Amino acid sequence: MNANYPALIVLSPLLAAFLVAALDWVDRRWCYPVALIGLGGAVYSSGHLFFQVMRSGTIAYQLGGWPPPMGIELRIDFLNVLLLILVSLVALVNMVASKKSIHQEMPIKEGTFCTIYLLFVTGLLGVLVTGDLFNLYVLLEITSLASYALLAMGNPDRAPLASLNYVYLGVIGASFYLLGVGYLYIMTGSLNMLDVASLLPQISGSTAVSVAFIFCLVGVWIKMGLFPLHTWLPNAYSYAPVAANRVIAPLMTKVMVYVMIRLMLTVFGFHYVFEQLDVQNWIVGLGSVAIIAGALMALAQTDLKKMLAYIIVCEIGYMVGGAWVGNVQGMVGAVLHIINDGLMTFALFLVLGNIVYVQGKTKISELDGIFASMPWTMAGFVLAGLSIIGVPPTCGFFSKWYLLLGGIQAGAWFFVIALVFSSLISAILVFRVVETAFFSSAQEVHGHHGGHAGHVAILQEAPITMLASLGIVGIGLIAVGIWSGSIVQQVILPFVQQGMS
Amino acid sequence: MDPIVSLRPLFAVLVSMLVIPILLSSGKRPNVRESWTFAAGFIKFGLVVSMLPAVLQGREFVYTLATPFPGVPIQLQVDPLGMLFALVASFLWIFTSMYSIGYMRGLDEHGQTRFSAFFALALSSTIGVAFSANLFTLYLFYEILSLATYPLVTHHQDQEARISGRKYLTFILGTSVGLVLPAMMVCYHLAGTLDFSPAGILAGQAPTPVLVTLFFLFVFGFAKAGIMPFHSWLPAAMVAPTPVSALLHAVAVVKVGVFSIVRVSTGIFGVDLLKNLSIGPVLATVASVTIVLGSLIALSQDELKRRLAFSTISQLSYIILGIALLSPKGMLGGIIHIAMHAFGKITLFFCAGAIMVATGKKYVSQLSGLGRTMPVTFFAFFIGALSVIGLPPTGGFYSKWNLLVGTVESDQLIFMGVLLISSFLNAVYFLPIVFKGFFVPGPKNAQGKGGIQEAPLFCLVPLVVTALVSVLLFFNPDVFTNLTHLALGQ
Amino acid sequence: MPDLLNEIVHKYNYWLYIILMMIGLYAMISKNNLIKKLVGMNIFQTAIILFFISIGYKEDATIPIIVSGHGGDAAHQAIQAANYINPLPHVLMLTAIVVSVATLGVALALVVMIYQRYQTLEEDEIRMRVKQL
Repeated sequence: MNANYPALIVLSPLLAAFLVAALDWVDRRWCYPVALIGLGGAVYSSGHLFFQVMRSGTIAYQLGGWPPPMGIELRIDFLNVLLLILVSLVALVNMVASKKSIHQEMPIKEGTFCTIYLLFVTGLLGVLVTGDLFNLYVLLEITSLASYALLAMGNPDRAPLASLNYVYLGVIGASFYLLGVGYLYIMTGSLNMLDVASLLPQISGSTAVSVAFIFCLVGVWIKMGLFPLHTWLPNAYSYAPVAANRVIAPLMTKVMVYVMIRLMLTVFGFHYVFEQLDVQNWIVGLGSVAIIAGALMALAQTDLKKMLAYIIVCEIGYMVGGAWVGNVQGMVGAVLHIINDGLMTFALFLVLGNIVYVQGKTKISELDGIFASMPWTMAGFVLAGLSIIGVPPTCGFFSKWYLLLGGIQAGAWFFVIALVFSSLISAILVFRVVETAFFSSAQEVHGHHGGHAGHVAILQEAPITMLASLGIVGIGLIAVGIWSGSIVQQVILPFVQQGMS
Repeated sequence: MDPIVSLRPLFAVLVSMLVIPILLSSGKRPNVRESWTFAAGFIKFGLVVSMLPAVLQGREFVYTLATPFPGVPIQLQVDPLGMLFALVASFLWIFTSMYSIGYMRGLDEHGQTRFSAFFALALSSTIGVAFSANLFTLYLFYEILSLATYPLVTHHQDQEARISGRKYLTFILGTSVGLVLPAMMVCYHLAGTLDFSPAGILAGQAPTPVLVTLFFLFVFGFAKAGIMPFHSWLPAAMVAPTPVSALLHAVAVVKVGVFSIVRVSTGIFGVDLLKNLSIGPVLATVASVTIVLGSLIALSQDELKRRLAFSTISQLSYIILGIALLSPKGMLGGIIHIAMHAFGKITLFFCAGAIMVATGKKYVSQLSGLGRTMPVTFFAFFIGALSVIGLPPTGGFYSKWNLLVGTVESDQLIFMGVLLISSFLNAVYFLPIVFKGFFVPGPKNAQGKGGIQEAPLFCLVPLVVTALVSVLLFFNPDVFTNLTHLALGQ
Repeated sequence: MPDLLNEIVHKYNYWLYIILMMIGLYAMISKNNLIKKLVGMNIFQTAIILFFISIGYKEDATIPIIVSGHGGDAAHQAIQAANYINPLPHVLMLTAIVVSVATLGVALALVVMIYQRYQTLEEDEIRMRVKQL
């Protein structure tokens, strides 16, 4: 049993999905608890794997006992073990927080929602653990299909159309990736990541390999929403149901960043990517443009959901720029930011979910006075907002530190300026919302000095489960921030240094 | 000597933060709430004072919280300079708490629980800044302070507060994120560490233009110091209730800004490096511009709090000027002014608030004849004014004297002129208030009741105490002088 | 010129799949009818599948089922790999076809939802009706 955790972590939500689908016919009320159990199994496995990896290093697991390169291998190393914990925890906490949202938004479809949700998580976890390129494609598509379905369950007017547009782009992205894998297969004859990595140096000069890399890269970029390939993102995330949004937005794009880093460091290798290809300046520039574009477009939004979606576009720019800057600090920053951004975005979407559940409206201008009626939710928002701006001791500051340091070390001044600029714009974004929420609308009794004691606000908070989830994530933001030193030193740095030596 | 590793700095910082949950839950029982605030204040002051003897002997207290980055721990260190600032802040907090009870209850303000909670948080961060051992920890607490004071500044939650709050954040957060953060990163990149060291960490690490730019990024980045042109937030923040203005903006927030600049100058750059870079005269000029302009604008302000705000802007740059002189007496004067100005200015703000509570008047032009009805307040105002102008028998004279000697020492007599002009202007905008209060009769239909009608006791006691301390400091500034001498290594 | 022709003739599978992909992409982008877009998407994916299968081909090779006999003894004989076309791409593409079909199914379900809501399958009309909401 001990050795099978890599498989268990993917199987647990998968089996739960089938069980839930079956139970949907029998009695709908069983669906939710079984889903929780499935996700709990994933969390438990990820924790176990974490300790195993910290003790004994990389775990290589052969599915069905078939050795690579014929068999599919699952590899857990320092890079993905933290992400496994992140994904499974976020999925579980979100499920806990979403019980009431699901009832509110799609009461009849609860069983279906749980099934597809579990499939989505299965796909994500699979993408994280797999060590086989084609297996990655399959799991990627499982994830994407589940996300298409989840996103379409929202606003019946606009969600199906937004999801359909996402389908087109998603298919193009995945197909590009598949094409890249095909080229690699032709050139190396293998699909296992490590196998390909060992075979590539001998043929690294060939055009086919560079084209393979570019195809894979562009495919992953489409999936992660890097500007200018991000056009599906705002619409898809704006019209989705709250519970789905909360799990897709923080996780999907970040796992795609993981795939990119995996391709860069493990499959193609540091030397090939940075020294032979020599495109990094362009890509760092692209990342910087993505940051600025995302920030500016977020500024232009009047709806909180769309604003958060564009903030995601901006954050993706951070990670792409950081990964491509080419030094250890930048890469560490990018990897740390995957974790941090997952947490921050999750916190923000939890807040959004609370607001939608209680008030039903998300236009920023309509949020006045909710600091008084939803103080805990807004406290969570302030915390997450501080993380986005990059204020210590929240985690956002620490990854920004590494990214800035990497940019300064590499002399990528455009990237550094973009980072500082986006921090300032994030400050404007966050405080615009905070200000509106803190001050009541103009029609209120205008405060004169003193004598203000009569302003009673009705406390109209979200239910306890939602608040508790937000609280856990909020504490997580600070905890990950303060302990980012140990996280970096013990987990991320070994991987990055090994990958970039 | 080896530093003492002790939890006392940590508790000194945290004690007011730990009280916050209790404060928040005792919202319905104001007396419980206020007593906890007092308790926290006394404990904090007690902790700070308990470390004073050892610091005066030249020892330091150190405590490391965590190490997020290699070479950059979150570390607290109690050294003479930090002790000076912490003493002032923690002492004055006790009296400001007393004052705010009188003020807020006198005006029946709303949201007092939220007020005291954020006040406590602001104090924690101020002590945190005072006890920071490196630039990163300082930045951490600096940002927490900015955020903790926003709800305090915008306490009234009306349109005016909203605009001022926005201005406040734009200036303070914008400069700290946009200027200080990149500068800090470049420092780390150049020196590999951010610890405050006696000779600085940047000597010889980069070419002169880079270092000079870096220095001015810091100077303008710490906008809390009110150096023009990033000063507009200070008068705008006067919409806050007076206790906020008193402690935070005359003592804590602005002093944090100046303190940070002093720390960066002495601990990151080092006096010798600054001399080599010839930054002194440039910085002194920048400071002088703020000094003179601040005083001139103060003359034109009719609202009392705004006049005091511009006076603060001007006085803060005295401290910067002291550092810029780079001479022993000049730096002594500048650093001691942190304490002297604090006591003097807080007295003035307390008086302004007392006048507000007792009579509802905010404008200088309305203050004629009030000296008859509020003699204690106006006399305290007189003392505070003397301290700020820099006349004996108040502590302000002591710091100003050192500054003047410092200009002679470093052979920069033009700045002596600046100081003298500014003192003259200070007199022009403060003394007439006192004069009018005592000697000009008030409007005919004013408080016909005659007799003395002072502000509530809780407001009066603090302002009397701080005025007394201002006088006391003239006769016995030793505590602060010794700390400063130790800090400057003299 | 004959060199280029040579190139095209020898690598005709690559050219074919590129052309098919472009047709699919064109349909996805420029067609107005949702179903036509889906058809384009399917063509796009099928092109890639065809490409993959084509790379498994070897000259003078037969389908990957062992020629002589069946059962235990046949499997133990040495097998000349050059006599059989590569089965791996076929297997991979089975999975890819399944993925493609699943995607098509999901996309069709979405189209049905849209049709039920807007009673039309033309994209410009749908956009107009969305704006009117």
